[in-house]
Amino acid sequence: MNTYEIIVVGGGPAGLAAAIEAHKSGAKNILILERDRELGGILQQCIHNGFGLHIFKEELTGPEYAERFIREMDALGIEYRLDTMVLEVRNDRTVDIISSKHGFETLQAKAIVLAMGCRERTRGAINIPGTRPAGVYSAGAAQRFVNMEGLMVGKRVVVLGSGDIGLIMARRMTLEGAKVLAVAEILPYSGGLTRNIVQCLYDYDIPLYLSHTITSIEGRDRVEGVTIAQVDTKRQPIPGTEIHYDCDTLLLSVGLIPENELSKTAGIQLDPVTGGPVVNECMETSVPGIFACGNVVQVHDLVDWVTEESRKAGRNAARLVLGQITEGEPDLRTRANHGVRYVVPHTIRIENIEKEIDLMMRVTDPFKNKYLVVKHGEDVVKKVRKAHLTPGEMESMKIPVEKLRGLTGELTVCLEEVAHEA
Amino acid sequence: MFDITIIGGGVIGCLIGRELSRYRVKTLLIEKDSDIANGTTKANSAIVHAGFDAKPGTLKGKFNVEGNALYDRVCGELSVPFKRNGSMVLAFSESELPELYNLEKRGRQNGVPGLELISGDEARRREPHLAKEVVEALYAPTGGIVSPWDLAIAAAENAIDNGMEMSLDTEVTGIERIPDGYRLITTGTAIESRIVINCAGLHSDRIHNMVATPAFKIIPRRGEYFVFDRSEGNHVSHTIFQCPTPNGKGVLISPSVHGNLLVGPNAEAVQDAEHTETTAAGLASVREAASKSSPDVAYSAVITSFAGLRATPDTGDFIIGEVKEAPGFIDVAGIESPGLTAAPAIAIHVTELVRERLGNPAANPEFTPTRRPMVHFSHLPAEAKSAWIQKDPRFGRIVCRCESITEGEIVDAIHRNAGARTVDGVKRRLRPGMGRCQGGFCGPRVVEILARELNIPMTEVRKDRPASVLLTGVTKSASEAVIA
Repeated sequence: MNTYEIIVVGGGPAGLAAAIEAHKSGAKNILILERDRELGGILQQCIHNGFGLHIFKEELTGPEYAERFIREMDALGIEYRLDTMVLEVRNDRTVDIISSKHGFETLQAKAIVLAMGCRERTRGAINIPGTRPAGVYSAGAAQRFVNMEGLMVGKRVVVLGSGDIGLIMARRMTLEGAKVLAVAEILPYSGGLTRNIVQCLYDYDIPLYLSHTITSIEGRDRVEGVTIAQVDTKRQPIPGTEIHYDCDTLLLSVGLIPENELSKTAGIQLDPVTGGPVVNECMETSVPGIFACGNVVQVHDLVDWVTEESRKAGRNAARLVLGQITEGEPDLRTRANHGVRYVVPHTIRIENIEKEIDLMMRVTDPFKNKYLVVKHGEDVVKKVRKAHLTPGEMESMKIPVEKLRGLTGELTVCLEEVAHEA
Repeated sequence: MFDITIIGGGVIGCLIGRELSRYRVKTLLIEKDSDIANGTTKANSAIVHAGFDAKPGTLKGKFNVEGNALYDRVCGELSVPFKRNGSMVLAFSESELPELYNLEKRGRQNGVPGLELISGDEARRREPHLAKEVVEALYAPTGGIVSPWDLAIAAAENAIDNGMEMSLDTEVTGIERIPDGYRLITTGTAIESRIVINCAGLHSDRIHNMVATPAFKIIPRRGEYFVFDRSEGNHVSHTIFQCPTPNGKGVLISPSVHGNLLVGPNAEAVQDAEHTETTAAGLASVREAASKSSPDVAYSAVITSFAGLRATPDTGDFIIGEVKEAPGFIDVAGIESPGLTAAPAIAIHVTELVRERLGNPAANPEFTPTRRPMVHFSHLPAEAKSAWIQKDPRFGRIVCRCESITEGEIVDAIHRNAGARTVDGVKRRLRPGMGRCQGGFCGPRVVEILARELNIPMTEVRKDRPASVLLTGVTKSASEAVIA
């Protein structure tokens, strides 16, 4: 059986950053496994710019962002395999893979980094009634056709869901000469980034209907029309508010789900809220030696944050291989409270924190002017005032290790009122 | 001139075609759509009924029990997934018991083996997710689940292996009598045939009326279903029915032979055979009705919903036989539930009618009941996987990650007899796109493979029928690249 110090599952932005950082941290025998025909993952079809503002302090396109990491990986001589599918990951850190080139193999690693990313939610899962004609695409599948294959998926388009990919595709389809008629979002706010709503919709006069959903899809062979309607607070369509559009295409951008089928084969514990593995301060999952990072853990807004999280996972995987990690029970567990939907990481072993811990979280609803507070019991560990908070934008709180030393039990993250200033 | 032309490539037409291929006859199967198994066959409960529902003495009653008994052999020969998982009919109150006992009595009259009345507690012991209100249940061990489209496709493939011809995208628009048979006017070329078998399902009344005075009417009855992720596939192990009503067998909960959970259908008469849309109200009613049988089905794990149309005849029973005023024209119409179960028996019966008409043609000496084995790559042991990849590297490339389908399997499904020509055709044969991502990842790859293997541009690859265009053209930058 071939053995490696670290096997990275997935050659997208998360896998690349993790592998590079693991190498820089002293691990030498690293293998990246990628199912697609090239490295870079979904970035390769994201030809718009806006990537890298935080990591590189400049605006790059998706392929450009990926290219920087691919070059660095090549320069470091990290081994990778393309067109290679991982079939199973086991808790003894063996993985089954197949490829056209090498057939079926089982590999052994000292540490594994899971970086499989996420997939789009589908129409079925959200149950739009109607027919099942051609012309209903997930925004990502449409993006692949348009940007990678140079093929148009339609001419008159309605978008359901205001996730970032849907917003980006609304602009892309417009630039390619299609008419984007409307974007309908079932929630009273958009889950996409504000900059995308402005730059992709408003700049092109594409209306965004909040608290609206699709109530039917028409057309036997190809989409011929869709009807949208306003929804009440229980997300039920309000009769009489219907708007009908003649269109040939419906793009769905109704959310992303971490892709954890392989994590399940290894028996890794998942967080029902994030849909990703429960992780500790090192980004290590409930199975010792198996790490996870990027959108497989939690769906990020920006690839920059994926890179940052993945560097952490890669560095810690290397530390584990080099015997620099102290194993044992966690000192602290994190918990989301009042107004906070989840917190990553889930557990903390203080001794393994190098300088500071970065707690990442999302809020449950849009809020204005609140304190985001990290507490240990009644003690405030950190408190930051936030003018705007929205579920579409991830928040993070960096806490220096000194502030945590000696603490045990629970660390809660919640929102608190800002007292009225006289 | 064909000896026999079968109109309609549903499970009935395909199984008749296969039975006929046992004899030295020249048979053509025509289908209006771009693939077989594209109507009622692709969207139904996929149940092999034990046979206690139909009234004794009806064709439904006769062919249900006979057909059920044939399933092990037919599915074995054609390597089609089939499982006798057993079924249960639930009674929720004392007032439903007379109907339950009536079903049991009818079942015995129809010759259904192994029927057993069990208490509510016993039913819950066998199926822990059943509602506490269940007071008694009728258990039928011969009930089963099958993949109806796999059966139809396999039967057509096997029939073509044995000499049948097939023509897709061929819709009958008129029928003329000629001295020794019929001339079918179609959207393709005209077809002459001594015998015509009308297996046109939802359209069988229209086809009948092209040669004879109207004798029956088909009323499309819509049924809507939920399909759940495989994570819910073990919610029940038997097919769970409720006591039937005049509208049908009610909402069932059943594992599917592919490991998913299926919940449905409702029953609603609709205007025409195109009304295959699901409705919010319909799906809600399915959910509500099903909660009576099992209150804790996880609807968060629904991966898709669909609607199918039953070809319900206004006569109350199957319509099978030669039309008196049209010699050589055989109706096989009104094949609603338990039509799928009855199909293998109907096929044998109709073949007998045809043989009689044609003066007992000789047996086909080359007939083989089996088809070339399918490779289910994900089910192979590790060494076999490597061996297949070595033989054909395309088996090492997984296209559908949810269902672990390889490029090798897709290419094979396209090039077999009765092979896939559309995205839905590939999906129906192999299930890519039927997993949790519903084609989000593999859709573009499947389009690419179809285009390559059928030697057509990607823009000509269809989802299903000719009008179901997937791609509307090239992008500006791509067309500029071509011009440059």
